[in-house]
Order: sequence, then C-alpha cells, then structure tokens
Amino acid sequence: MPELGKYADAVLWSWAATLGLIALLVVMTWMQSRKAKADLDAIEARRAAKGN
Amino acid sequence: MIALLARDLRLAFRAGGGFGLGLAFFLIVSVLVPFGVGPEAEVLARIAPGILWVGALLACLLSLDRIFQLDFEDGSLDLLATAPIPMEGTVAVKALAHWITTGLPLVLAAPVFGALMSLDERGYWWIFVTLLIGTPALSMIGAFGAALTVGLKRGGLLLSLLVLPLYIPTLIFGAEAATRGIGGFDNATPLLMLAGITAASVALLPFAASAALRINLR
Amino acid sequence: MPEMHRTKQARDRYNVLWEWANPVKFMWFSGLALPWLVGATVVTMAVGLVWGFFFTPEAVNFGSSVKIIYVHVPSAMMAISAWFMMLVASLIWLIRRHHVSALAAKAAAPVGTVMTIIALITGAIWGEPMWGTYWAWDPRLTSFLILFLFYLGYMALWGAIEDPDTAADLTSVLAVVGSVFAFLSRYAVNFWNQGLHQGATLSLDKDENIANVYWIPLLFAMAGFGLLFVALVFVRTRTEIRKRRTHALELRERMADA
Repeated sequence: MPELGKYADAVLWSWAATLGLIALLVVMTWMQSRKAKADLDAIEARRAAKGN
Repeated sequence: MIALLARDLRLAFRAGGGFGLGLAFFLIVSVLVPFGVGPEAEVLARIAPGILWVGALLACLLSLDRIFQLDFEDGSLDLLATAPIPMEGTVAVKALAHWITTGLPLVLAAPVFGALMSLDERGYWWIFVTLLIGTPALSMIGAFGAALTVGLKRGGLLLSLLVLPLYIPTLIFGAEAATRGIGGFDNATPLLMLAGITAASVALLPFAASAALRINLR
Repeated sequence: MPEMHRTKQARDRYNVLWEWANPVKFMWFSGLALPWLVGATVVTMAVGLVWGFFFTPEAVNFGSSVKIIYVHVPSAMMAISAWFMMLVASLIWLIRRHHVSALAAKAAAPVGTVMTIIALITGAIWGEPMWGTYWAWDPRLTSFLILFLFYLGYMALWGAIEDPDTAADLTSVLAVVGSVFAFLSRYAVNFWNQGLHQGATLSLDKDENIANVYWIPLLFAMAGFGLLFVALVFVRTRTEIRKRRTHALELRERMADA
C-alpha cells in the first residue's frame, strides 16, 4: 500500500467509485447476456422439437 | 402555408391554455422570485436577465407537446404529410405558430416583468432584444423534440429531458448577451452567437424534425 | 453471392467490408474475438491501474492526488469516444440500414453513461481538496454534466419506443442533432465561464505537464478502458441481437399457434 498522505481519502474514494461502477456495469452486462442467451436457446430448442 | 398558419393560430387562441399558459408561467416566475431572494433592488437587477431567460425557456417548454400532439391524434398530421406542402414547410409553420403564441407574448411582456425585477431602461431594451432574437430558436428546437416524441402516449417528461440539453447553448448566449448589455459591456459576441443559433436552427432543424415526423407516421 | 463477383474488384472489396455488418457474421466474429478481447482488457487494465496506483511517485503540486488521473482521464476519454462511436454507428444505420450498427449504438449508450458518471464523480472528488468544493461550474465538469444529460435522453428515447426500427431511426436522428448541440454546448460553456477557468490541470491536451513516469501507466490505463469499452459493446450488441431474434421467434410461434 503506497503512502497517500493528506489526499488518501480523495484517491481511495475515486478509485473505489470507479472500480465499483465498472464492476456493476460488467456484472449487469454479463447477466443480461446470460439471460438473452438462455431465452434464445429455450425458444430454439422448442422450435427444433416442434420441427421434427 | 399561410392558411395552415392561420388555422394553427386560430386553434391556439380558441383552445385557450396554449396562449395564456406560457405568459402566466412567466408571470408566476417573475413574481415569486423576488419573494424568494428578497426585495433588494441590486440583487434582483443582478439576477434578472438569468431569471427572465430561464422563465422564458420553461414557459416555452410547457407548451411544446401541443405543437404536433393534437394533429397527430386526430389524423390531420397524416393529411398534412400527404399535402402538396413539403413536410419541412409544415414543421416550420408549426414552429412559427408556436413562437407567435408563446415566444412573442413573452418577448413583448418581458420589459414589464423586467420592471418587477428592478431593471432600468437599458435592461428592458436588452431583455427585449435578446429574447426577440433567441426565442425563435427555442420554438424550433422544441418542435424538433416534439417531432421525436409525437408517437408516444406520455411523451411530456421525455420531451423535456430531450430538449433540456439542446436548450443550453441558447440559454447561455442569450442570458450572457443580456447580462453584458445591461452592465454596459460589449456583448457583440454572445449576441451574434445567439443570432447564429437561431438562424441555423430555423434553417436546418425543419429537416431533422420532418425526418422524425415521417418516421413516426410510418 | 454470384452477382457480386461480376462487379469490379474494388466494389467487391467494399461489399465484403459491409458483410461484417450482417448479424450472423457479427455473432460468429464477435464470438471468436471476445475471449481474446477480454483477456487483453484484463491484462492492460491490470497493468495500467496497478502501475498507476502502486508505482508512481507523488507530483509536486498535487501530492498523491495525481493518482486519480488513472481513473479520471481514461473514463473521460471513453465518455466522449463512446458518444462519437454512437454518432458514427447512427449515421451508418441511417444511411446503410445495417441492424448491427443500430444495435451497437444502443449497446454503447449505457457504457458511455457509466464512463461519464465516473468522470464526474472522480472529478468532483478530486476537486474537493484542489478547489475546496465538490462541484465548481468549471467548463470541463459542466460539459460532462451536459453530456450526461444527452446520454440520459438518448437512452430514455430508446426505452420509450416499442417498435425497434422506429426506435433506431429516431434515436439516430437524436444522436446526429444532439452531437451538433453537444459540440456547441462545449463552446458555449467555455465562453460562459472563461474568466473563472482554473489553470493547467493534468490532462491530455496539457501533456507538457506530464512526465513519462505518469504518462506510460496512463497510456496503459487508457488502452485498458478502450478495450473494456469495445468488449462491453461486443457483449451488449450480442445480447441485443439475441433479444431481437428471440422476439422474432416468439412472434412467429404465436402466429403459428393462432
């Protein structure tokens, strides 16, 4: 851990905010992607079952 | 086109609301602000151009959804789209009608409200001039926003959100030109920028607005 | 496509380029590229951020607060780049009607919004010790606030319209007109606050203020944020394409049942 001196609060808070927001964005993107894939796979499977 | 303008104006006057609403809102702002900030003349005169400009902008915002909404609902917009007038002309006329019913009354009444805000003669003059130059841009930009949201059931809030950032440059240059003029400084740059925004909006935005209308009418 | 081979070779190459905008091809290509992209993003961001946080010295005037630039500058850069990418994608949609392009613009908006929020928050936190206040109506901060409003409006318009093609058309028109006004706002805000603008901040256009010890990790951080943006847009565009296809198949099913 580097010595941050009197700006420690400012530096740590901005890094925490940045990493937190990016993590949130990544997780949401990933979950939406999983859901869209699952939905599409389900309907494709249903169509395949009906098709034959 | 003149017939269309006359029709729109007639509708605005007859339906009430549209015409008086903006003016009433402007009055409310100019009467309430002194109660909020206190009666000191120097303070009021200092903030008057900004308050009057913001008031004019909000009053204009209030009536934007009327520009196309009624015509869209009763189908006359479809008729106008197939009429021999180009769509761009229709949009421009509608924006002009909006300006005559909301912008122009504000411009004419602004010196009166300026008196409420402790402005002097030079103040009346610059408020009048900057609003006269700037409000057509507000109407035209608003018409573009209204064209984007015309197909939506509850587009009012969305319309405000879309138009808000588009209004910022006009507000900045308008209020700045008024403030500098009242303070006796050189305000040619903001005044020219304001005129430039109005000219460019009136010249170009009808094309964007009518593109949006055509998409919404498909 | 046999008729394509009959056209001139230059034209051929041109068409091959646009082929990438085909959804099926995009899914195939982006599926292949994503693992590499994610890997590159993680490595570059880790190098830039770890280097920037742990191994950079304090600056003379800024103390350790200089470390904020490793998150502030890249996010600010991506906030603007994302809008620019949305503008280009919107133009491609309006002119060439490639669905992937419209969906990519839609996919980029939330990413750009988050970048704008990060730039605003880190700017405000940095401003507190530097200027003594969290919010100053500094031209840069104000411009980003306006950019944030543009992002909000753009996403709200996408959300409000049901028909996907109408939504793509209208948001594209908004992106084009909005870009002009965003540019104008930048100028207007500079003009409006010219007297109060505080002097040289550590930023890209003032690179004579940045020594190499800060500059190289900053480059890594910027590349990392850029790669992160591309990776996120790829994933989100794939999500949008899948949603669109699911929707189409559902409609077809309902028609078949009826």
